[in-house]
Amino acid sequence: MMRRFFKGLSIHSVLIFICILSIFPFLWLISTALKGVNENIFQYPPQFIPSHITFENFSGVWKQIPFLLYFFNSFVVAFFTVVLNLIFSSLAAYPLARMEFKGKNFVFYLVLSTIMVPFQAIMLPVYLIILKLNLVDTAGFIPGYLGLILPFAVNAFGIFLMRQAFLGIPKELEEAAFVDGCSVFKIWLKILLPMVTPTLAVLAIFTFIGSWGEFLWPSIVLTQKSLYTLPVGVNDLQGMFSANWRYIAAGSIISIIPIVIFFVSMQKYFVSGQNEGAVKG
Amino acid sequence: MNKYYKAYLPYLFMLPALILLGVFFFLPFFDTLLLSFKDFSTDIYNPSWVGFDNYLKILSSPEFYEVIKNTFVFLFAVVPILVILPLIVAVFINQKIRGITLYKVLIYLPVVVSIVVVAIAFKWLYAWQGILNYFLELLHLSPLGWLTDTNLAIFSVAIVTIYKGIGYYMMIYLAALMGVPKELYEACEIDGAGILKKHLTVTVPHLMPTIALVATISSISALKVFVEIYVMTKGGPLNSTKTIVYYIYERAFENLDLSMAAAASVVLLIIVMGFSVINLLFFEGKRYRV
Repeated sequence: MMRRFFKGLSIHSVLIFICILSIFPFLWLISTALKGVNENIFQYPPQFIPSHITFENFSGVWKQIPFLLYFFNSFVVAFFTVVLNLIFSSLAAYPLARMEFKGKNFVFYLVLSTIMVPFQAIMLPVYLIILKLNLVDTAGFIPGYLGLILPFAVNAFGIFLMRQAFLGIPKELEEAAFVDGCSVFKIWLKILLPMVTPTLAVLAIFTFIGSWGEFLWPSIVLTQKSLYTLPVGVNDLQGMFSANWRYIAAGSIISIIPIVIFFVSMQKYFVSGQNEGAVKG
Repeated sequence: MNKYYKAYLPYLFMLPALILLGVFFFLPFFDTLLLSFKDFSTDIYNPSWVGFDNYLKILSSPEFYEVIKNTFVFLFAVVPILVILPLIVAVFINQKIRGITLYKVLIYLPVVVSIVVVAIAFKWLYAWQGILNYFLELLHLSPLGWLTDTNLAIFSVAIVTIYKGIGYYMMIYLAALMGVPKELYEACEIDGAGILKKHLTVTVPHLMPTIALVATISSISALKVFVEIYVMTKGGPLNSTKTIVYYIYERAFENLDLSMAAAASVVLLIIVMGFSVINLLFFEGKRYRV
C-alpha cells in the first residue's frame, strides 16, 4: 500500500516536472508581459511573480497592432483551407477507395509521390505561378486570400486519410442505395460522408492547426499589412518594438489565446489517440 | 455486380484535387528542375540554358558547403533526441493515473502554438541577461551566448525544434504503446525484471516500426527547418545557423538569385526523397498499398 502510494507520487512528480518545462517558456512570457515599466525585466534574481501586476503592456500593444484583423485573416485562410481540403480530399478519395477505372494505380502513386516532395523545395516556382495568376494581395482581398489558400487546398495526406475511412464502410450500403435509384454523387454525399464524420473531424482539426500556424508561405506572398495572418503579424512585433520585450511578450500571448482555446476545447481529438491516421511528415 | 457508374465518373471526382496538385505541385516541381538549368543573372526575363553550371557553382561554393554541414549538424542534433525523449515521456504517461489528460494537454500545448511564438519565447529565454543564463549563474557557470556564439547557436535552435516536437511524437508513441500486449509486461514482472529492463526487452522491440517512423518524420522535418532560424538568428551569427531551406529562401526571395535557389532546391529534393524512399521501401510500404 505504502509502496504504491510512493510510486504514484514519484510518477506524478516526474510528470509535473515535465509539464512545467513544457509550459515554462509561455509562463515566462506572461510574467514579462505583466511587468510595468518600473520593474526591471532583466533583474537578477528574476522576479517570477511581478511585484506590481499591470495590464498596460497588453492594452498598449493591442492599440498598436490590429490583432482582430490578423485573427480575421488567419481565420478566413484557415477556414477555407479546411473546407476545400475536406471537399477535395473526400471527392478524390472515393474513386480511389471504391471504383475500378483505368489508371487507378497511376493516380494512386502520383498522389503518393507528392508526399516525398517538401513544399520548401518547390516554393519558388509556386510563388512565380501565384504571381502569374495574379493571386497576390496587391490585386485585392480575394486574390490575396486565394493566393494563401489554394496552394494548400488539397494534399496527399488528406486523400489517403479519407480513402482509408471509405475503405472501412461495407460495400453493400452503396449497392443498396444504387438499387434504390440514388446517383453516385448522392451516394457519396448522403451515405458515405455522414459515415466518415469522425475522420473528417480529424482532418479538419489538423488542417486548421497547420494552416493557422503557417508562416513561411504567407511571409513570402504577403506585402500588405491588411492581409497579414497572425504568425506574420506576431513576427512583425520584433521589428516594431525591437527591444521592448514587455510589448513583444504581451503581443505573443494575445496571439496564442484563440488557438489555445480551440485546442483545449477540442483536446479529446488531440490527446485521446484517435488521431493515429493523421500523422504528417 | 455490374458497374453502376459511368466510365468518366471516377475522373470527375478526382478532377479538382488533380488540377490543384497539377498547378501547385507537379508544375512547380518540374519548374524547379528547369530553373536549376538556367541562368537568370544576365536577363531575368530571358534566362539562358546553362546545363549543370548552377550545380557546379553551388557545389564548389564554400557557403553552400557550410549550409549542408549546418543542415546535417542540425539533423543529428535533433533526430536522436526526438526519437528517444518522446518515447520516455510516452512510457511515463501511459498509465492509469489521475489527471493524465491534463498532463497530456500541457505536454502537447507547444505543438499547437505557432512556431513563431515558440521561437520568440525562446529568444527571450536565451537573452544575454535572460533567465537561462541566470540558471547557469546559480550553478556557478558562466553565461552563454545562446544565439550569438557561432559554435552554440545551431544547438540552441535545435532545442527549440525538439521542444516543439516532443508532444507530437509522444502522441504517436502513445498510440503504438496501446498495441503492446500487457501479458508480456506481466511475464517480465514474474521474471523479476526491473522497469528499465522491462521496457528494453518488451517496449522497444514492439515499437520498432514506430521508432523508425518517428526517425523518418523527424529527419524530414529537421531538413525542412526554417521558421525557428528566421525568427531567432536569420542564419547568423556568421552563417552558423544557415541551413538549406533558409539558404533557398535567402537566395530566392532576398537576393533574387533564382538559379542558385533552384539548384539548392533540387539538392534538398534529392536529400528528402532519399529519406522518404528508404522509409517507403522499408517501413511504410504496407500503409499505402492499393
